[in-house]
Amino acid sequence: MHDTAAHATHHGPPTSFIRKHIFSVDHKVIGKQYYALGLFSVLVGMVLSWIMRLHLVWPNFAIPGLGILSSTGAPGGVVTPEYYLQLMTMHGTLMVFFVLTNVPFAGFGNYFLPIQIGAEDMAFPRFNMMSFWVTFVGACFLFAAFFVGDGPPLAGWTAYAPLSALGKITGPGEGTGQTLWALSIATFCIGQLLGSLNFISTTLDLRTKGMTFMRMPLCTWAWFITSCIGLLAFAVLLPACILLILDRVAGTSFFIAGGLVVNDQLQPHSGGSTLLWQHLFWFFGHPEVYIAILPAAGIVSHILVNSYRRPLLSHKVVIYSMMAIGFLSYMVWGHHMFVSGMNPVSSLAFSFPTLVITIPATILTLIWIGSLYGSKLRITSASLFALGFVSMFVAGGVSGFFLAQPSIDIYLHATYFVVGHFHMVMGVAAIFGMFAGTYYWFPKMSGRMMNETLGKVHFWFTFVGAYCIFMPFHYLGLAGNVRRYSTFVDDFMGPLMPVHKFISIAALCTGAVQLIFLYNLLHSRFWGKPAPANPWEGTSLEWSMPSPPPWDNFGGKHPVVYHDPYQYGIESSTGDYVMQDSPEQIQTVRDDKKLSPE
Amino acid sequence: MGKLLAVTLVVVAILSAIPIVRHTWGPPEDISTHGHLIDQQLADTMIESGIAFLAAQIILGIFIWSASSARPDSKIKNFPGGAKGLVAAAVLLVGTEVLALGVFGQKAWASVYFTPPGANALPLQVQAGQFAFYFRYPGPDGKFGPIHPEMVNEGNQNYFGLDQTHDQDSKDDIVAAEMAIPVNREIHLLMHGKDVGHSFYVRELRVQQDFVPGLDLSLHFTATKIGRYEIVCTQLCGLGHYNMKAYLSVLSPEDYDAWIKKEQAMQ
Repeated sequence: MHDTAAHATHHGPPTSFIRKHIFSVDHKVIGKQYYALGLFSVLVGMVLSWIMRLHLVWPNFAIPGLGILSSTGAPGGVVTPEYYLQLMTMHGTLMVFFVLTNVPFAGFGNYFLPIQIGAEDMAFPRFNMMSFWVTFVGACFLFAAFFVGDGPPLAGWTAYAPLSALGKITGPGEGTGQTLWALSIATFCIGQLLGSLNFISTTLDLRTKGMTFMRMPLCTWAWFITSCIGLLAFAVLLPACILLILDRVAGTSFFIAGGLVVNDQLQPHSGGSTLLWQHLFWFFGHPEVYIAILPAAGIVSHILVNSYRRPLLSHKVVIYSMMAIGFLSYMVWGHHMFVSGMNPVSSLAFSFPTLVITIPATILTLIWIGSLYGSKLRITSASLFALGFVSMFVAGGVSGFFLAQPSIDIYLHATYFVVGHFHMVMGVAAIFGMFAGTYYWFPKMSGRMMNETLGKVHFWFTFVGAYCIFMPFHYLGLAGNVRRYSTFVDDFMGPLMPVHKFISIAALCTGAVQLIFLYNLLHSRFWGKPAPANPWEGTSLEWSMPSPPPWDNFGGKHPVVYHDPYQYGIESSTGDYVMQDSPEQIQTVRDDKKLSPE
Repeated sequence: MGKLLAVTLVVVAILSAIPIVRHTWGPPEDISTHGHLIDQQLADTMIESGIAFLAAQIILGIFIWSASSARPDSKIKNFPGGAKGLVAAAVLLVGTEVLALGVFGQKAWASVYFTPPGANALPLQVQAGQFAFYFRYPGPDGKFGPIHPEMVNEGNQNYFGLDQTHDQDSKDDIVAAEMAIPVNREIHLLMHGKDVGHSFYVRELRVQQDFVPGLDLSLHFTATKIGRYEIVCTQLCGLGHYNMKAYLSVLSPEDYDAWIKKEQAMQ
C-alpha cells in the first residue's frame, strides 16, 4: 500500500550489549521489556494481594520478613489496618497501570503490531524506546513509595481528592508516598501517550503492500483502537495528575474546597472542587477499563480463530463492535459517581450509555461463541485460556448490568460486588488474555516452545481458582459487605467470615499455581524445544518469519499481502489454511473479493 | 480435554448460581419506604443477568464439546443465521433488556432523588470527619445555627464549629455522637463534609450517599422498623477508615422524645 515502509527505520543492526538489550530501539526488544516490567509488577501485586487476604481473615498472623520492609506498617510482620490500605493502594495501582496496561497493549502490541502489518519497526523507534524508559521511571517512582518514611500512599488507586491533595496532615501515607504516586502516574501517562502516538502512526502509515485495513488481524485492530482511546484518556489524566501535584506541593486549590478542617486546623485552601478530580479521573478511568480489556479481546479473537480452524462469522462485525465499545467508553464515566453527589439527573444520563455498551460487548461474545459452532476446535494451552477468557468476560459482564443502574448502585456501591465485577472482567479476563497471548506467541518471541502439559495444568487450576476467588466476592457484596475495610468486627460481618476464609485460601492456592507458569516461562526460555516458524499453523505475517524473528523482521524484504487475515478451513497446498503473504490462489472464505494485492 | 472443559464450564456456572438462587447471602431486611423498589430492581436484574450468564456458559460448553470432538474430515458449518442473526439477537434481546431496566430503574432512583422531602420531615444534620460521624438536631426553634469552620475544636467538643454565644439559632442546637430518629417519620438528612470525602451507608435503609467537602447535600428517607443499625463510611477517608462508624437508632415516637430531651439536657 505505502512504500514508506522501506524508509521507516533508519537504524542498522545493534552492535553493543546496551544497544541490543537495554536502550534498544527495536520494537521487539521494547515489547519484551514491557512484558518483563509487567511480569515483575504482577508478581509484586499478587504478593500484596496475598498479604491483604491473610490480614483480612487472620489479622494477627505474622508474615515472615514483612517487618523488615516496614517496621511501622507491619511491626514483627503483623499488618496494621493502615498498612492494609497502603498495600491495597499499591496493589490497585500496580495492577491497573503497570500490568493491565503494560502487557496486553504496550507489551504484545509493540512486539506484534509492526510485524502483523508487515513493517520493519515502529514509525518512531526512538520515541518507542523513550516510551518504555519513561514508563520504567514511573514504575521506579511507585516502587520507591514502599521505602519512604511514612510508607506508600493509602488513598486507593483512584486517589480521591481532597484526601490525596491535602498532604501529610490527613495521615501517614498522604505525605511523600502520595506525591510519588502522582509523579509515577503522570510519568506513566507520558510514556503511554508516546506509545499511543507511535501505534497510531505505525498502523496508518507503515502497512505493507496489500495490507488493507480490513486485512489487518483482529489484535492489530484492537491495539489500534486502544491506542486511539489511550491518546485521549491519558491526555486527560496527565494534567489531572499535574494539578494534583500542584495542590500538594505548591499550595494551589484545584481539588480542595474552602473551609475544610483537618485535626482542628482550618486548611488554607479555597475555591477547588472535590468532584472535579473524580470527573477527570474517571474520564480517564473508564476508558482505561477498555484499554485493558480490548487488547485482550483482540488477542483472544486472534487465537480463537486459529484454534477454531475457521474464520469468525464476521471479521467486520468484531472490528465495528470494538470501535463502538471504544467510542461509548467515553460517555459512561459518571457511572462510577452515582452516589458521589453529582447531579442525580446526570446519573440517569450516564446510566443509559453504560447499559448500551453491553450491546457491542454481547455481539463480540456471540461471535466468539457462535463461530465455535461447527468448527474443528484444537485444544492448546493458548486456546484453553482464550476460551476461559470468554467465560470470564461473560461472568464479569453480567454483573455490570447491576452496577450500571443508579438505583441498584445505591445499595451495591463500594461493596465487594464492585470488587468482584471489575476483578472478573478487567483483572482475570485481561490476564487470561495475557496468558493466552504468552502461550501462543512465546515460540515466536523466544524461538523455543513452552511445555504444553504444564500450560494445561496451569490453566485448570487458574480457571477454577479464579471462579472460587471472585464469584464469592459477588455474594459478599449482595450481603452489603463494604470494600476497603481491613477488619470486619461487627455482628453483621461475622457470618460472612467463612466466605472470606474460603476466598483467602483459594487466592493463596491459585497464586501458588502461578509459579508453574513462571517455571514454564523461564525454563522454556533457555531449555525449551526449538520452535519452528509456524508451530500453530497460523496465517498472519508473524508466522511467515523465523522464530525468533531477525532484527529487521522480514530480512530487508517487504512482504506482499494477498489474503484476508484468517483463511482457515480451506484446502490449500499447506493444509487447511493459507498464509496472508502466500500468492496461492484460493477461494476466499470470507467473501470473493479479488485476490490480487490492491 | 475439550469435553472436560465443557463439563467444567457448566458445573462452575451452576455452582456459582446456587447461592444466588437459594438466597444464601443477600441484603438484610429493608426498613425503608423506598427500599422495596431497589430490591425489586435488584431481583429483576438478577433474573435477567442470571439467565444470560447461565445460557452463555452452557451454550459455550455445548459448543466446545461438539467442536472438540469434530472428525478431521468433517466440513466446517456456519451457525444458523450467521453473524447477522447474532447481531440482530444481541440488539433485540439486550436492547429490550436495557430499555426495560433503564426505564423501570428510573422509578426507584426518582423516589429517592427527584422528590422533595415533605413539609413535615424532621431535619437533621450529619457531619463526617476523620474518623467519626456527628449529628445535629435543630432544637425547639427548628433552625440550625451557622457553621464556623475556624471554630471547630474537638478538644472543646465543638465538633461543628458553632458559636453558641453569638448565634441565636445555635444556642438550642443539640449535637450527638449517635443518630436517633422516630419510626415512620420522614427524615431530611443534611450532609456536611468536614475534611475529606466520606460516605453515609446504612444497608437496611438502602441509603448510600457520599459527603462532598465544600458541597452540602441532602437526603430524605423514612425508616419503618424500630431497631439499632450500623452507619458505615464507605468512602476511603484515611488510616482510620475501617473504624469509622456510628449507630442509627430507630425509636418509637415516645422513646425518641425521651431521647432528644435527655440529649438536650446534656448539652
